[in-house]
Amino acid sequence: MADTARDPPLQHTDFQELEDGEDLFPEPAATQESEPASLPAEDISTNSNGPKQDSLFDDDPEDLFAEATEEVSLDSPEREVLLSDGPSPAITPITPPTSVITPRIGLTHDDMFTHSSFDEIEEEEGGDSFDMHISVSDPEKVGDGMNAYMAYKVTTKTSMSLFKTNEFSVKRRFSDFLGLHSKLASKYLHIGYIVPPAPEKSIVGMTKVKVGKEDQSSNEFVEKRRSALERYLMRTVKHPILLKDPDVLQFLESSELPRAVSTQALSSAGLLRMVNKAADAVNKMTIKMNESDAWFEEKQQHFENLDVQLRKLHASVESLVCHRKELSVNTAQFAKSAAMLGNSEDHTALSRALSQLAEVEEKIDQLHQDQANADFYLFSELLGDYVRLITAVKGVFDHRMKTWQKWQDSQMLLQKKREAEAKLQFTNKPDKLQQAKDEIKELEGKVQQGERDFEQISKTIRKEVSRFEKERVKDFKTIIIKYLESLVQTQQQLIKYWEAFLPEAKAIS
Amino acid sequence: MMEEVKEVTPTLSVQGHNIKVAEVLRDGDTLTFLIISQKLSGTGEYHVDRTYDDFEWLQQHLFSQEDVPGIQGVIFPPLPVKPQVNTSAKVMKQLGFLGLGEWQPYCKALETFLRQIAAHSILNKNKAVEIFLTSSDPPGRQRVRKNIFNRLSQAVEEMRKEGHKDVDEFFQTERDHNLVLTGCAKSAAERFLDVVLTEQKIAVACGHFSAALHLCMEPGEDPDKQAFSKACVKLSEVFDSMRKNMTSVAENNVNTLGLGLDLESRYQEAEKEMLFRRTCKLVELESARRNAERAKPVKKAAMEEVKRATETEFDHICGVAKQEIARFQGARVEMLQQALVQWCEKQLLTAKDNADQFNQHLQALRGMA
Repeated sequence: MADTARDPPLQHTDFQELEDGEDLFPEPAATQESEPASLPAEDISTNSNGPKQDSLFDDDPEDLFAEATEEVSLDSPEREVLLSDGPSPAITPITPPTSVITPRIGLTHDDMFTHSSFDEIEEEEGGDSFDMHISVSDPEKVGDGMNAYMAYKVTTKTSMSLFKTNEFSVKRRFSDFLGLHSKLASKYLHIGYIVPPAPEKSIVGMTKVKVGKEDQSSNEFVEKRRSALERYLMRTVKHPILLKDPDVLQFLESSELPRAVSTQALSSAGLLRMVNKAADAVNKMTIKMNESDAWFEEKQQHFENLDVQLRKLHASVESLVCHRKELSVNTAQFAKSAAMLGNSEDHTALSRALSQLAEVEEKIDQLHQDQANADFYLFSELLGDYVRLITAVKGVFDHRMKTWQKWQDSQMLLQKKREAEAKLQFTNKPDKLQQAKDEIKELEGKVQQGERDFEQISKTIRKEVSRFEKERVKDFKTIIIKYLESLVQTQQQLIKYWEAFLPEAKAIS
Repeated sequence: MMEEVKEVTPTLSVQGHNIKVAEVLRDGDTLTFLIISQKLSGTGEYHVDRTYDDFEWLQQHLFSQEDVPGIQGVIFPPLPVKPQVNTSAKVMKQLGFLGLGEWQPYCKALETFLRQIAAHSILNKNKAVEIFLTSSDPPGRQRVRKNIFNRLSQAVEEMRKEGHKDVDEFFQTERDHNLVLTGCAKSAAERFLDVVLTEQKIAVACGHFSAALHLCMEPGEDPDKQAFSKACVKLSEVFDSMRKNMTSVAENNVNTLGLGLDLESRYQEAEKEMLFRRTCKLVELESARRNAERAKPVKKAAMEEVKRATETEFDHICGVAKQEIARFQGARVEMLQQALVQWCEKQLLTAKDNADQFNQHLQALRGMA
């Protein structure tokens, strides 16, 4: 059943309808609104009673993925994804088109249906509480020279019924993670879901690894990346909607994954992304939205403020980490001097005490390094993650504005058409009149769809923001507690070292 | 106020072991030190104000006691470099630990200087010491004539004498050993200073972070916002604790081991100076002996006289030097032990305090969650 729903011809028909209309939406995909199966979606042009959304997951999962394989690995579909506001038609085979989703009974109903479908999802959540742990480990260099890459082992441990087994692992490379993010972003961002951003690329870092430099800085780079990938996956699966996305499941479970080529930094898709970001920025400035909902205005301001503060904090912590590393270096050097002093010393007891001093300082140096790592991995990276997350949040607010804009545009167009039709009434052109009437009917549908989309995205964003705020508090609290624990531990260690040294110092003369 | 040393009240009228440099006052670019010493008779104190120039006056007087036999064999307690307010990085580096804080380490170093002089059996007999510690008027500012103790005035070829081979194995060993130790001590002091400076930087960074966190507080009744604000406040407190912790650790470092290493380094230099003076005398003696041997009969008697005088001087110096070295070795071991013990005890106490504080924060946070 799922197959018929996904027949390309069906979609092409939809396309034609669009093209016949005026160029409302330059991007052919926009009204397709192919939302992922887990979301309820409304499509006026539905003409089949597709299977219920949930059963889509059970039906032919292989087929879903097979089509995904073909589509994603080509550059052009990606390009369209990036250019359009919504998912491109090429992507839709992965997620069943709207016509498959349980159709709406009437055209004029409000969100009643949407509402209930959402609740369904939440009921599912309630039944199967979140119990999942993903670890990214065992970085392994594969290949040689500039084509080399790091492969990471992604292990999932879970008791959730969503998965076939309780523990399983796969091998993934960095571009796989980027590919996953790019797919999720294309599916969910434009309808208001805060998709966690993937870790950043680093051409310098990776080149060092490729070239085979086995030094501390490249080891640190790999560790930093490994940790970032782990956090990224955990954040993604903590999102109840994203967790159920077939791409996510495939990423975690499937042993073979097609290479996501268009994620390369210097690829054409990469460059297009940059261009689009610029275009987006310009567009944002030109959209003047009548915000009727104070909540959104307040929230946007709130996120702007938060962005500024987090960046400040992040800079502050980076400075701290830097100094700690410096302290570690200085302590090590002092330890060496103390050792030399001890060696040159004639007085036996003093000599021994000085050598002990050197040892204590070396141990303290290690503590400093551990503390620097804690500073870094707990705080600096957390703050960095949140700065990037807020960018995603802002993006979601922007999409809402765009959705609003679309709705307004179609309303204006409808108005024009109505005026044109009124004029045609007085002419004797029955064909044109009929055509006008048809166009108006279609536009009315579009306006309603636009309104629904806008309300939907607004609703989604509210939920997402609430979720984000809760997660933020949890995250920070967890990190702070971990950090304090590390501080306490450091002090305990220090106490031990000093207590061991004291008798040595007293024993001199 | 230059009284000749020949006066017969050689001992100090104040106790030497508890001289205090209690305060330092800053007047523009001048620093004035308040020195308090206890009368030996037990009936009161002397309070005097002295500037660095006064300390130099004292030192010069001690250097110029040419009539004290073997004076060149004395290891003179080292006077710290002149303190300069708002000074260049180069001078700050020279000062090292003594330039930190609000001159408290510097005061401590001056205190040690005075106590060492008061405890030195040869030096404390000099009237200048009594005047310095007890006279309410500042001691004279006239410059004492230059003497060989001022190394900077020595010509370059004199420096070559430093490597001159010794006739006495004890002294040769001592010279070699001193050379190594001087280098090690200086290096250790410098590196420990680097550690302390970085600790101070970390304290400052923690303070900044703590302040920045306060700005993250969000007003409002939203429970999530309140929870986040509370977490930020707590974390801000934690980082403030860390700032205090680091500051204590740095202070402990300076006041105990820092000062100890600084003193060790300067004292080793002082011993080096003494050994150098003796070596110079040795060179002079060998030269006098050669002159006496090769002298023509006309000059022979005079040369012999010179030779004998030089021999006597040299013997005196060696005698004093040996005593001084023995005393020095004992004193420095004791000083370093004290420094190490105090350092360890203070850091241990600080670490225990901090562990308690962090634990409290941790419990509070866990309760919040």
